[in-house]
Amino acid sequence: MNRKIAPQIKDAVDYTLALKPYEHYQLNNGIQVYSIDAGAQDVIQLEMVFYAGNCYDKLKGIAAATNFLLKNGTTNKTAFQINEAFDYYGGYCNRACYNETSVVTLHSLSKHVDKLLPILHEMLTDSVFLQQELDIYKQNTKQRLKVNLQKAEFVAGRLIDSYIYGEQHPYGVYTKPLDIDALNIEACKAFYQEYYVNGNCTIFVSGKMPHNFKESLNAVFGQLTVNKKPVIKPINKSIQIEQQKFRIDIDPNSVQGAIRIAMPFPNRHHPDFKKVMVLNTLFGGFFGSRLMSNIREEKGYTYGIYSYIQNHVQESAWVISTEAGKDVSEATIEEVYKEMRILREEKIGDEELLLVRNYMIGGILGELDGPFQIMAKWKNIILNDMDENYFYDSVHEIKSVNADQLMELANKYLRPENFWELVVY
Amino acid sequence: MIQYDKFTLDNGLRVLVHEDKSTPMAVLNVLYDVGAKDESFDKTGFAHLFEHLMFGGSKNIPSYDEPLQVAGGENNAFTTNDLTNYYCQLPAENIETAFWLESDRMLSLAFSKKSLEVQRKVVCEEFKEHYITKPYGDVWHKMRELAYTTHPYRWMTIGASLKHVEDATLEDVKAFFYKHYTPSNAILVVAGNIETAQMKVLAEKWFGSIPAGEKYNRQLPVEPKQNASRFLEVKSNVPLDALYKCWHMPARMDDRYYASELISDILGGGGSSRLFQSLVKEKQLFSNIDCYHFGSTDAGLMTIEGKIVKGVNIKDAENALMEEIKKLVENGISTTELEKVKNKAESALAFEDMSLMNRASNIAMYENLGEAELINTELSKYQAVTADELLQQARIIFDDNNCNTMHYLSNN
Repeated sequence: MNRKIAPQIKDAVDYTLALKPYEHYQLNNGIQVYSIDAGAQDVIQLEMVFYAGNCYDKLKGIAAATNFLLKNGTTNKTAFQINEAFDYYGGYCNRACYNETSVVTLHSLSKHVDKLLPILHEMLTDSVFLQQELDIYKQNTKQRLKVNLQKAEFVAGRLIDSYIYGEQHPYGVYTKPLDIDALNIEACKAFYQEYYVNGNCTIFVSGKMPHNFKESLNAVFGQLTVNKKPVIKPINKSIQIEQQKFRIDIDPNSVQGAIRIAMPFPNRHHPDFKKVMVLNTLFGGFFGSRLMSNIREEKGYTYGIYSYIQNHVQESAWVISTEAGKDVSEATIEEVYKEMRILREEKIGDEELLLVRNYMIGGILGELDGPFQIMAKWKNIILNDMDENYFYDSVHEIKSVNADQLMELANKYLRPENFWELVVY
Repeated sequence: MIQYDKFTLDNGLRVLVHEDKSTPMAVLNVLYDVGAKDESFDKTGFAHLFEHLMFGGSKNIPSYDEPLQVAGGENNAFTTNDLTNYYCQLPAENIETAFWLESDRMLSLAFSKKSLEVQRKVVCEEFKEHYITKPYGDVWHKMRELAYTTHPYRWMTIGASLKHVEDATLEDVKAFFYKHYTPSNAILVVAGNIETAQMKVLAEKWFGSIPAGEKYNRQLPVEPKQNASRFLEVKSNVPLDALYKCWHMPARMDDRYYASELISDILGGGGSSRLFQSLVKEKQLFSNIDCYHFGSTDAGLMTIEGKIVKGVNIKDAENALMEEIKKLVENGISTTELEKVKNKAESALAFEDMSLMNRASNIAMYENLGEAELINTELSKYQAVTADELLQQARIIFDDNNCNTMHYLSNN
């Protein structure tokens, strides 16, 4: 045995990747249900997606507040009783608010899920929105915001989005303490009626389905008055701020700079998108990327540096993000631009390209581990108004994009003048 | 039930194999029984710095990451006060690549000077990012020093100071490697779409010839029983006052551990927990409150932490918290409440086992605690806890003399 020689491998690109298909059905009221029945553990994940995200805000922050308060009281149950009902059966009910959508999620042992569905039903049809609950929410949200505003990475994340989308855009808007003060119960109730009770709901369910689960879902949610609305609200186009370079000091004693470099980028439907995912991986998308190899592993300027395309539906952004030593923050930015230049001027070699391809395909294989993860892929496809071809075409691009095409894309996008640049110290 | 096979190589390396034919992937997990607690007080942060150096090339292979990525794999590692764990996941057909890479770095590192220089800087940036720049980032640094007088849990995994990391030498690195990174001090777990018989062959082939080395004999100073409460006040540039209280609790393998774990859930586990309901919702003294512990191998700390609502005096908030503790130790808990936290434990264990990677690392952790089979018997241990045991345990833990309190106050 010679330890210097690597064992034979099967190139990941030689794998045929298959996305396990979902089962699709409708409840009596037209709610679309996507279901994946799989997995070894007796657990289930139910996600109810509403078009009730912050782009529907009439009052800043009302979508998020309404979403949060769904679990804080119905006609017959206090917030405590709702929590206890879930907790008693070991269920976890979470809610989250995004730009277009908001989600109510239930994780449960399969054997108990039937007992928990009626509580969800109560939350979605009969929430009462008490003043006291809103007051507590406002107070605690403001406290959390205060702490976050002292973190350079939090401040940097908000500001860079506001530069490239504009503060009026749902992707660029951010909450200030005064916005939280302005939240009120009437606005919550109105939002709830319009976007939950009479809104649009889609259900994604994955894991080990209990017997007759389709019937259970229909019995509980088949009468909801949802689904009266058309889907995505078209939002105004982003407007970028004119100035492109910012340095902001929030703490004179800081030891690091939070660096964000970003450019507006089209959504998943753009013809370049899938190829750019490969270019991005090479540039800063994984531990072996150009940015990480140079700026962390060669120079030790940072604990980590990444680039990524933001996960937005209508428009997106290409972002480079890192926290670097204060004295090397400017040098870090220079190196980022240097790596862009190398990608524009020098073709990637065969060996590195194969590494990136194999890494990406291996990553997708690994991401298909278990029913929740498979459903996450489908959910992304469905909510972005695409079909399984997006998955298979992405795989095809990873296997076939060539060095010339990558260099062409680098020349099209990775130009310093395209980017907004920010350091928060 | 999680099935696995176990065998031991002649050099002392324990190998556990978990087959799962439903995935195209395989995971190779190597746990070394060495953590920050094995460091000397004047060279802290070393186990973690060392974890970084494990990626700087080994005796026969200049780069760990690249060949793994070429094989479609991904990896990472973490260090705690108790242990260091390395894992990689890759398509099952390529599992031998993982054997090749992991065995070579167990055989010997390259001990590159350049790698040490760069990783010292990287770890210093990690230190700054997580423990200096963040508000409240130094809490555990101070709390560990307050709560432990003797046991090496006194310092954090990242190290007691940046200086210790900056001063690390190549000689330190070598000595650490030969002392701790031996087959008998390690546990190898392979999981996924693989066969035990084939894994036996590969384990023998790649790991069998690594010299056994000298078995590290751990002798840590025992933390003496705390006899009087301790208090620390800190003033810092943070926006809100925060309260931290820690009580010593039983070690991970102590039978009383399970009751302690359920206590933390009763007090601080989510929306129906006692502290959240009483102090955040009803009295509105805290904007958030949690009760948790780190599940450390040696005796750990039951911790309650919360941020105080602006305008509320921290002493009033603390008194209200102690009222809740008093209720628990005087009146105990109801059958329903006990049933609830047991159901939650059952559910948490089931969700934890969803991913192949978790199953592999859990098998390794339980084996390191003494017995891999714990992965299948944990639940019954939670289910066996009675209300009375829980009450007795609460009384032992929440003794005033066992308490460490920190007021972390805003100075603006």
